[in-house]
Amino acid sequence: MSGLAIPADPPRSGVLAWISTVDHKQIGILYMLTSLFFFLVGGLEAMAMRAQLALPNLKFLSPETYDQIFTMHGTTMIFLVVMPVLIGFGIYLVPLMIGASDMAFPRLNNLSYWLLVAGGFLLYVSFLTGGAPDAGWFSYAPLSEKTYSTHSGMDYWALSLLLLGTGTIASAVNFVVTIATMRAPGMTIRRLPLFVWMTLVNSVLILFALPALNAALVMLLSDRLLAGHFFDPAHGGSPVLWQHYFWIFGHPEVYIMILPAFGMISEIIPVFSRKPIFGYRFVATSTLAIAFLSYGVWVHHMFAVSLGRLFLSVFAASSMLIAVPTGVKIFSWAATMLGGSVRFTTAMLFAVAFLLEFTIGGLSGLAFATVPVDWQLTDTYFVVAHFHFVLFGGTAFALFAASYYWFPKISGRMLNETLGRCNFWMVVIGFNMTFFVQHFLGLLGMPRRVYTYPDLPGWGALNMISTFGAVILGLGALVFCANLVASLAFGAVAGSDPWDAWTLEWAADSPPRADNFETVPVVRSRRPLWDLKHPELPDWAAEGGS
Amino acid sequence: MLILAAVIFALVAVLVIYGIVRYRARDGAALPTQIFGSRKAEITWTVIPIVIVTVLFVFTVRTMAFVDAPREPADQPDVTITGHQWWWEARYANGAVAVQEIHIPVGRRLLARIEAADVIHDFWVPQLARKMDAVPGRSGYIWLEANAPGTYEGRCSEFCGMQHAWMHFTVIAEPEPQFSAWLQRQAEPPREPEAGLPVVGGRLFREEKCTDCHAVSATDTQPRKGPPLAHIAGRKLLGGDIPNSPANLARWTVNPQSIKPGNRMPNQRLSNADTLALTAYLESLR
Repeated sequence: MSGLAIPADPPRSGVLAWISTVDHKQIGILYMLTSLFFFLVGGLEAMAMRAQLALPNLKFLSPETYDQIFTMHGTTMIFLVVMPVLIGFGIYLVPLMIGASDMAFPRLNNLSYWLLVAGGFLLYVSFLTGGAPDAGWFSYAPLSEKTYSTHSGMDYWALSLLLLGTGTIASAVNFVVTIATMRAPGMTIRRLPLFVWMTLVNSVLILFALPALNAALVMLLSDRLLAGHFFDPAHGGSPVLWQHYFWIFGHPEVYIMILPAFGMISEIIPVFSRKPIFGYRFVATSTLAIAFLSYGVWVHHMFAVSLGRLFLSVFAASSMLIAVPTGVKIFSWAATMLGGSVRFTTAMLFAVAFLLEFTIGGLSGLAFATVPVDWQLTDTYFVVAHFHFVLFGGTAFALFAASYYWFPKISGRMLNETLGRCNFWMVVIGFNMTFFVQHFLGLLGMPRRVYTYPDLPGWGALNMISTFGAVILGLGALVFCANLVASLAFGAVAGSDPWDAWTLEWAADSPPRADNFETVPVVRSRRPLWDLKHPELPDWAAEGGS
Repeated sequence: MLILAAVIFALVAVLVIYGIVRYRARDGAALPTQIFGSRKAEITWTVIPIVIVTVLFVFTVRTMAFVDAPREPADQPDVTITGHQWWWEARYANGAVAVQEIHIPVGRRLLARIEAADVIHDFWVPQLARKMDAVPGRSGYIWLEANAPGTYEGRCSEFCGMQHAWMHFTVIAEPEPQFSAWLQRQAEPPREPEAGLPVVGGRLFREEKCTDCHAVSATDTQPRKGPPLAHIAGRKLLGGDIPNSPANLARWTVNPQSIKPGNRMPNQRLSNADTLALTAYLESLR
């Protein structure tokens, strides 16, 4: 009352505080909100495509516009939605889960975020400069060269991805150092929560994959702006070289977009089954196997190029082999539920749906490792179906689950379960309607990236189903947004540990105080809070060698 | 493959559904036994998938050897197929040229060399052959073979720019005698018209610089931007997707951008009389 109170911390609210923040929680939230914004933008682009494809021979979008829209949809969803939202969850959760007060390099953390914003801005400003990029998200040369893509959209694309890639590498360094040096006493590498473990493996994956893309982008820019000839066959360059560079980044990238989601599922399923993860060591080790193998499978994106049978066989073998450690995880998650006591919160519903949808995506992936099948189905709608089952049925479902699971920690309030169920069923039904039928379109021979198609038997009907599904899916996503807003204002107060969970973040307040913990609980096992709640049956006595 | 996938999916689905039905939380349920894993189960579900993918791999390699043409064949190809933005050109060993409508004999496999003139395309006839990327500066080889006569739909399967969607073509399989006759005819230059409107059109064709982009003789192999027009009157479709009628041909000649927006031919300023004459000339090229 006397006006003498001096704030102990710098202010945590106000625009300037958010812009200049070096607090991992605020940066994490900024990442998530930015991704949510771009998710809505990319979703609108998807809606425009589905409208154009609803019937054969529609003229809703010109071919020129359609090419820009599908390129922007892919680039946005991958680089401005999936990667940043996964990094955002990591930035928010990793310090809390290992009992640290922040990331190792808070200012670098802030820089990474603003590189994301700058990259997103550069990508979208291209619309105002004569046209957005239009060569697809993997921008095959020579279509992406100046001769064939004459406006400056591709230059913005390459510059934007350079900034985004640099920011991602900075985040990866930050994660590796944070996890290596800032763990609470007692939290050995073998006791890391699986989300943290997978974020660590993922960061190493980023460190070795992203530089290949950055190098290729510099080469593409020098071709386009400085009359270089890296990928220009007319002057001795090689279009296939671009493909090698792109996919040696691009396939680890696929795992970069799914490993943290695996980590989320590995946290959520055990808590709602009331049992520890089945086979922690197999789940953790199989992640290493995936990371290692992911560098040796990139040519399966290029099976339709004439590269020689022996060469293709090697990559077919590695691509099939990578299914094994992925399968191990699926069985472990399923086995975690067996013998448990399963609570069907919205988070758990999404996690269970993830198991089934992702299995479909994994199996259709195995089809592409089978070279002769690939020789028919690559670059058809079967591929579109496949990677949406992986990235939406997989990653996005895990992200919905994670949002329902960790929103109480982040905001202090519970997400509404009724809206949650509405959100869940609309997304599940809409998603399967949209993408399952695309398997059949691919088998019928519909190539991907076509702005329209002839009126062949079945094509119109299947596309119409797909468009209808997309509308339901889109509305489901809006229900999610509405739930976020409504629950933030009116949601039930969560308390520090609403799910009766076991990892350290649930020992902090909801939302956590500026320095996260007053005191960090003692860590003697993988489930430190379990040990506190069940002193008669502590994990450190039972975990043993498993 | 499909059956294998269905079985594996069914296994996972049954496991998951059994889990959620049987072990659904009930009110006042006791804490479940804390099981941390089972080495035996984990090894089982590692080893069995390894066996499955090994079998799959063996079948894959055998099928590849069976269907795929050699990467660097000793023989000359029977036909070289080149992808252009956005049409396909086929040049046969005897000099015959075909555009968009590729003829093959029934029951005899042709060795086809796949190339590209500008960006990457992909040659795909689902019913007849594997797909093969057409990469500028490289050659890929496939076997092209049909067991029954008929018309087979083909399409470009690698995104190649604005008209990728309509880069359709057809492969026409016909009995050997018809094929040989067709091949012979295509190799010869079309007969120049001798009288009437087509002659006027032919003169216009040269004066309006149509020849800058289009060859009219199979023996004229100098590379140009547009498709060769020798024998154009014999084609069933224009631009891969509209019927080759005099009216459509006239439309394409004057206003190609209205049919295929973005294609490499600009709209032409021609009087109606000139259009009629040009169309008549093209219609005479059989």
